[in-house]
Amino acid sequence: MSALDTAPATRTAVLAARGLVKTFGRVVGLDGVDIDLHAGEVLAIIGDNGAGKSTLIKCLTGAMTPDAGQLFLDGEQVGFKRPQDAQHAGIQTVYQTLAVAPALDVASNMFLGRERRRRGPLGSVLRMLDKSGMNKDAAAAMSELGIGTLQNMGQAVETLSGGQRQAVAVARAATFARKLIVLDEPTAALGVKESNQVLRMIEKVRDSGLPVVLISHNMPQVFEVADRIHIQRLGRAAGVITPQSHTMNEAVAIMTGATTLAETPGRSPG
Amino acid sequence: MSTSTEPSDTVPRGSGGPTTAAETFAARRHSPLQRVQHLLHSHPAISPLLVLVVSFVVFNQLNSRFGSAGSMSLVLQQAAVIACLAVGQTLIILTAGIDLSVGAIAIFAMLVGAKLSAEHGVPGPAAVLVCLVVGLAAGVLNGLLVTRLKLPPFITTLGTLSIFTALGLLYTKGQAVQAADMPDFMTWTGNVIELGDFVITYGVVIAVGLYLVMGFVLSQTVWGRHVYAVGDDPEAARLAGISVSRVLVSVYAVAGLVYGLTAWVQIGRADAASPNAITDGNLETITAVVIGGTSLFGGRGALLGTALGALIVYFFRSGLALAGVDDQYRILAIGVLVITAVAIDQWIRKVRA
Repeated sequence: MSALDTAPATRTAVLAARGLVKTFGRVVGLDGVDIDLHAGEVLAIIGDNGAGKSTLIKCLTGAMTPDAGQLFLDGEQVGFKRPQDAQHAGIQTVYQTLAVAPALDVASNMFLGRERRRRGPLGSVLRMLDKSGMNKDAAAAMSELGIGTLQNMGQAVETLSGGQRQAVAVARAATFARKLIVLDEPTAALGVKESNQVLRMIEKVRDSGLPVVLISHNMPQVFEVADRIHIQRLGRAAGVITPQSHTMNEAVAIMTGATTLAETPGRSPG
Repeated sequence: MSTSTEPSDTVPRGSGGPTTAAETFAARRHSPLQRVQHLLHSHPAISPLLVLVVSFVVFNQLNSRFGSAGSMSLVLQQAAVIACLAVGQTLIILTAGIDLSVGAIAIFAMLVGAKLSAEHGVPGPAAVLVCLVVGLAAGVLNGLLVTRLKLPPFITTLGTLSIFTALGLLYTKGQAVQAADMPDFMTWTGNVIELGDFVITYGVVIAVGLYLVMGFVLSQTVWGRHVYAVGDDPEAARLAGISVSRVLVSVYAVAGLVYGLTAWVQIGRADAASPNAITDGNLETITAVVIGGTSLFGGRGALLGTALGALIVYFFRSGLALAGVDDQYRILAIGVLVITAVAIDQWIRKVRA
């Protein structure tokens, strides 16, 4: 965990960042941040407003390019200039602003940007969409994540509840991610029942083998699903804890600067 | 046994468990007005279809000649040019843009093709190709101004409206090119097909074909899906990996190509290439698109609606003229229709589950 490490440590992380810096004029968003995501885990990122959570994940997912620092995917250095670059590399992101097109239906949103075409000349020459195939696979992906309530894949997304919309976004990410998925405040706009549904979805995604990066304000939810918790403070990594090593109050104290990880080392993990 | 079976339409979820007040509320029967709202939300072409049918019946009552084959043929011939242009306008409005330069581009393309064929001996097919290429190039210019210079489509096309109008007038010194000076192929679109009492020009056939092809492209292809996505939520489209500016440039380019094709239809219709033709093309196409139920906010609508919208405009023109009403009433009625159509669009966009 030493900040002096220049390359990913012993166990190869699925995604690792070293020394990320991002500034906006004189405002420092990220001030040399290291982060590691291991296989099969949910890594939560917490931090106060302006701590650099969103900037960090934007740098990890290609929505922003860091001013300095390196990214490693499965140990190999990568650079993302656009969100598509990260997507091609196998990273899927569910954005806080629910990046779904409201007037398009569920299946169209699930396959947006990756539409499937019909077989044969209808697809290759006329470039026709395989609508029934996409509807079927969208329905399968939704029920796999335990969203059985949504039956009609031809329904416009704007007619869905917030939880159902989020389910569409998570299902899309889980379907197309090969390496990991990133969720930015997936429960911020949801009620308790719908939030729990999304948390169960996150566990299902992790159990299916995809590691998850979760950004959240909600401490009980973070402590419920996260395997490790990365704490951001004022653009820097304040430390990495686990739900076993620290209490929620200690996590908040580190997050707000009331204490530091050095002052509150917590119980030894395991 | 009969007590355990609950009426299924009152308890849609939580089968077995007790229903909360909110769930009961969510399962309430929708009022007739809400059902109309939902119906229009999923089928926005219903309202223009209704207007078209009602106006047909009313105008036919006012003057029985309105519904005759001869009068209907004339309406189709008159509507063909604006209907063709409105295909391009629909594409652009679907991306939440607007094109004020439709008529100007079509006229400019028409004048270049016509003058080359009349004065420089360019053969007909080549001159038509020139029309298409000029339209395409003008569309690409609009697209690049919108995506590269990030100018609002309204301002971009307001500028190119003036530019192409002026270029057309400068190039022809304000003179029209007469059909007699052009190769026959240039006026080919004015040839007629007689189906009993119906007299259809090739221009009408081209218009119908254009709607069928572009209707297929918009509703059945990947590109069409991306056009809707870019107009609906450009940020969501971008994050989904769609190149928004590439889609926008392609939309303006295809629209320009459609305007170039319309130039050919216009020469056949007017039997001349006049710089003073379709000067109100921009307003008339926007009217047709809006009456057809396509949303000015982008992402919603269909070409079927636009076809109905263009027909409505010319039904009113012909119907009110045959009824012997002052032409100002037609303009008044179209104004009312436009405002009603946009108000309906605002209402149905508020639809909720």
